[in-house]
Amino acid sequence: MLQYTIRRLIGMIPIIFLISVVVFTLAKLMPGDALSGKIDPLNSDPEYIEEMREKMGLNDPIPVQYVRWMSGVVQGDFGDSFIHKRPVMELIGDRLPNTIILGLSALVITYLLAFLMGRYSGRFAYSIGDYLISAFNYLALAIPSFVAALVAIYVFAINLGWVPASGSIGSGVEAGTLEYYLSKAKHTVLPAIVLGAMATAAYTQFLRNDMIESSRKDYVRTARAKGTKESAIYNKHILRNSIIPIVTLLGFDIANLFGGAIITETIFTYPGIGYLFVESVHARDYSVMMAITMMLTILTLIGNLVADLLYGLVDPRIRLS
Amino acid sequence: MSTNPRQHKDAPLLEVNNLETAFSIDGTFYNAVDNVSFRVKPRQIVGIVGESGCGKSVMSLSVMKLLPKGIGQIRNGEIIFDGVHLEKMTDSEINKIRGKDIAMIFQEPMTSLNPVFSIGFQLQEVLFNHMKISKREARLKSIALLKSVGISRPEKIVDEYPHQLSGGMRQRVMIAIAIACQPKLLIADEPTTALDVTVQAQILELLKEIQEVNDMSVILITHDLGVVAEMCDEVIVMYAGKIAERTDVDSLFHNLKHPYTQLLMGAIPKMDEEVEKLSTIKGIVPSLKNMPKTGCKFAARCPKAMPECLTVTPRLAENEAGHEVACLLYETSQPKQEVNT
Ligand SMILES: Nc1ncnc2c1ncn2[C@@H]1O[C@H](COP(=O)(O)OP(=O)(O)OP(=O)(O)O)[C@@H](O)[C@H]1O
Ligand code: SF4
Ligand SMILES: [Mg+2]
Repeated sequence: MLQYTIRRLIGMIPIIFLISVVVFTLAKLMPGDALSGKIDPLNSDPEYIEEMREKMGLNDPIPVQYVRWMSGVVQGDFGDSFIHKRPVMELIGDRLPNTIILGLSALVITYLLAFLMGRYSGRFAYSIGDYLISAFNYLALAIPSFVAALVAIYVFAINLGWVPASGSIGSGVEAGTLEYYLSKAKHTVLPAIVLGAMATAAYTQFLRNDMIESSRKDYVRTARAKGTKESAIYNKHILRNSIIPIVTLLGFDIANLFGGAIITETIFTYPGIGYLFVESVHARDYSVMMAITMMLTILTLIGNLVADLLYGLVDPRIRLS
Repeated sequence: MSTNPRQHKDAPLLEVNNLETAFSIDGTFYNAVDNVSFRVKPRQIVGIVGESGCGKSVMSLSVMKLLPKGIGQIRNGEIIFDGVHLEKMTDSEINKIRGKDIAMIFQEPMTSLNPVFSIGFQLQEVLFNHMKISKREARLKSIALLKSVGISRPEKIVDEYPHQLSGGMRQRVMIAIAIACQPKLLIADEPTTALDVTVQAQILELLKEIQEVNDMSVILITHDLGVVAEMCDEVIVMYAGKIAERTDVDSLFHNLKHPYTQLLMGAIPKMDEEVEKLSTIKGIVPSLKNMPKTGCKFAARCPKAMPECLTVTPRLAENEAGHEVACLLYETSQPKQEVNT
């Protein structure tokens, strides 16, 4: 398994290089550049602009620019943000913990809800409880997440005032104190629930349907013929089979953690990676944009690997080699 | 053990009376097992034969109460096992009997084991269900059981998964699970149909051996009358959910009475004849929805059918000592009132 993992990781390197070329080229093809995002070209001296372009290396041939960028990247240096005037890595380092907290809480909520509801619906299919769960799920699928987010803000933050409507931390709270962590949790809970609950529908129905299908399998009849209790039949024999496809999805969700947070973070003005990405697109902050795109790419590749590893872990029929 | 099991006069171990099992199709129930009665004595091997779809599996699943929930239902009749009525039992009551006193092995060894659990787990589960036993003991016992069903390297196989085993090995594992608690009755539903011919013989040999050592009764469901001749004491021939003929194994080959059984016998290839002589019975078993309501259910396919066969339902009755038949060619199968006049 370790050998397999190492082999897969080495195999990623050429893919990452290839993607870096694409990312860089696309960034260059987009209208405008870092300079046009920072200064107003109409009100600036053209000579000054030209001088700046020369200084920033924007006049060099594209391959030269790519090599310069890439040689930084391999050392973990994505350059500076033109807007924030700080190294990109520092900026991402600031925002990343927020996104990880939000993403992980949302993921836990998604899986917890899906597991509880799916297990119930699968065992008691076509009962009233199952219909209620299905109704909730179809509603969650039908409502766009930004609408749900706005409604949640309106109800829980503005009307009821239980949680703050935006941000990730209260003002003037000192880092490291208990108050700090409480404030963080309070800011995270609403976006996490919206993000988590909205995603749960597909998983719940997936688990439910898989359990119904598994319950018709011959091995379930064998388990009954052994005198196994009904609860053990569902909680061991059926669930252990039906959990396999769900667990493998977890790998892919690692990449979605960031992608899915873009809308939620923007609506909740929650300062995470997703929000930073939207900001950087607006401001043509290319170095930030490229860094985040590269990060998402690598994460997707790692997510795929994690999915395969989990598959090998939960399904004895799969041999990783 | 010199006594012939056929001569045993013990009380029956299993007594099935007027069993009716129905399936719901589009909201209506249709009988797949229709008024079936039979007995299994201790240590007896009873064969059940009949074409595909004639209700053999449904009958055995009814005894185990393993019918698909909500679709299949025991509508009528009694199933008395060792003096207790199974048909009235709740799930938790029957769970104390399933796997312990009555065990079953199925037609499909490839899918009968759970793919995500080790062989050891699946064997030990039945032990834990019915015995107070430590983990260590259970493991040792499961290794011993695997050995007793002829699996070599049982210490290794116990930790393997079903997909690592061949069909024959899996069926051996199923047999090990079935005999783990030394049941009084083993129901084997076509245990060899899915296996290679050479493996088939080995598995049947094993079953026979276990039956003798453990003193069990066996209900052996099969398509193969040759297997019946070799293994069984008594045979029940089923057609369209009903028993057509029931007899001891000797008269099955020398004195069979029902036209359906005669045709079935004609369908076995004889060693000295060519395969092309294998005469199958024309037509198929009617589906549940198309079952004739009155008369003999075999009438449409019967070469000896008479006009009255379409209107009078033959009764299963003893025609000679120990030999029951349900066919209007025999006086005894006429409805009761007519026989009495
Ligand atoms: N789950 C079910 N739903 C509806 N009908 C069923 C179901 N299971 C069996 N039947 C019907 O009951 C009848 C008897 O089927 P059964 O499986 O007992 O046949 P069998 O004698 O075991 O045949 P085979 O030799 O092919 O195993 C058939 O007409 C079949 O279509
Ligand atoms: S009752 Fe009539 S139709 Fe039925 S088996 Fe006998 S002869 Fe044939
Ligand atoms: Mg069958």
